[in-house]
Amino acid sequence: MKELLIVSGKGGTGKTSITAALAMLLPQTVLADCDVDAADLHLLLSPRIREEHEFRSGVLAVINPALCNACGTCAELCQFRAIRINTTAELIPFSCEGCGVCARFCPEGAIRLQEKHCGEWFLSDTEYGPMIHARLGIGEENSGKLVSLVKKRAREEAEKANAAWLLVDGPPGIGCPVIASLSGADLVLLVTEPSLSGLHDLKRVAELVRHFKLPMGACINKWDLHPGYSADICQVCREQAIPVLGTIPFDTAMVDAVVKGVPLLQQAPDSAAAKAVRGLYEKIIQLSLSA
Amino acid sequence: MKIAIASGKGGTGKTTIAVSLALAADGPVHYADCDVEEPNGHILLRPVLDQRREFALTVPEVVEAQCSGCGECRDICRFNAITVFGSTAMAFTELCHSCGGCFLVCPENALTRGTRVLGLLESGRAGTIGFSQGTLRVGEAMAAPLISAVKEEAFLTDGLVILDAPPGTSCPLLAAITGADYTLLVSEETPFGLHDLRLAVGVLRKLEQPFGVILNRADLGDGKTGKWCREENIPVHLEIPFDRKIAEGYAAGIPLFDCRPELLPIFSSLLKEISR
Repeated sequence: MKELLIVSGKGGTGKTSITAALAMLLPQTVLADCDVDAADLHLLLSPRIREEHEFRSGVLAVINPALCNACGTCAELCQFRAIRINTTAELIPFSCEGCGVCARFCPEGAIRLQEKHCGEWFLSDTEYGPMIHARLGIGEENSGKLVSLVKKRAREEAEKANAAWLLVDGPPGIGCPVIASLSGADLVLLVTEPSLSGLHDLKRVAELVRHFKLPMGACINKWDLHPGYSADICQVCREQAIPVLGTIPFDTAMVDAVVKGVPLLQQAPDSAAAKAVRGLYEKIIQLSLSA
Repeated sequence: MKIAIASGKGGTGKTTIAVSLALAADGPVHYADCDVEEPNGHILLRPVLDQRREFALTVPEVVEAQCSGCGECRDICRFNAITVFGSTAMAFTELCHSCGGCFLVCPENALTRGTRVLGLLESGRAGTIGFSQGTLRVGEAMAAPLISAVKEEAFLTDGLVILDAPPGTSCPLLAAITGADYTLLVSEETPFGLHDLRLAVGVLRKLEQPFGVILNRADLGDGKTGKWCREENIPVHLEIPFDRKIAEGYAAGIPLFDCRPELLPIFSSLLKEISR
């Protein structure tokens, strides 16, 4: 089983649309959406939920006002400024990291730690294979841990199904959830767009992938919006020995597919963008065979 | 006045809007790039950065000669950043959240304060606009403390503060927008745009902070995002159509008003509208 991860650095370059299009082409695939705080892949693949599970992670301080005498020890020790003192100590839940220092040092024993419900994860079925996806609770932290959980379950599912591919839609950026997504990938596809921002962000995410010593390739989406920057991106990729596996033209069919809620290759199989995605797919297969 | 520009979904045009607001401001204004994973504001504003420092978290370092291996530090750490190996504690500082618990419980005074660099904090000016940004070190997972540092420095400046927030709906977003007087959520008329906007609105409502929406590339898609905003009584301040000239300008790092000067008065009045 090969694990293909799609990331981008910059948001909105087309990760999810390209993932959904590849899902139709790759044989025997299990899918995972690791962009857990703004998961969108389900909007294109219409999954039927087979199982729903709670995601619990970390703890939150709970202050018992009946026992609190507002001495202020907790607020003084809290490095996250998550406690303010009024007539009693009050928790600012969004700021609490669940370190437990307040509970440990409260002289009145007025603070306990409660396990946190941070979201849900799902095992679903799609036309193109089983899919693991998740929903992080509003404003929750621990997205990296939820990403790791999604990947672990997806791998188990892929092994069970004897899948040839695990196709993973990753989050934007280079921080905690991206680092969690990278672990164990066989090939990382960097989706970029021809702009100075696209190039800037591509360099940073490529540096991250290199940091973890993973094989990668690039894909330039909407390449014809600025052919000059597309050429610059190809040049940078050449210098960094990153193969450019595909160039996809700007095509309103891509937007139409998102609006219809179906993969591009279903919405407009003969569109210019669909043809380019097929070319990308061929290159991915070639690269994975040669690896 | 502190205005945050956020989105949920990435690539909707946050930075373009944030930079335009800073350029449209009448009086003193400071632009702070809180998207520390992928900061892009500098590409459009081309600031002169004359101040630069590393931003670090305080993390424990074990003085082995003093450590008895009692395990108190390991037991209080909820982030698995300390273990005991034989007769001495060992710190995995990349997991540390800098809560300070281990220092408080160590009975042997065997921990000293080390540092883990999260990234760079830089500031300077872009013409009349004050500018600051954070840049997360590649390989570092924890963005939120660096974002808070960028924001808090910006809050010390006088006048209008524009915070360019990261995408998503989790802790990096919260770190960027908590405490803003107003948040503008930039979205699109696509199911992705609507889905992620709803999540971002959930965050703003939970924070009990005021917000409004800007629809970018408003003519591409199905019109359902604007409809939803109207049903939810969320003000839509601006609808910007897809414009190849704007897209090409952005690609080349050219601010909006250099491509479409007629939009400047619209952004000026938007600022006035929000300030009321």
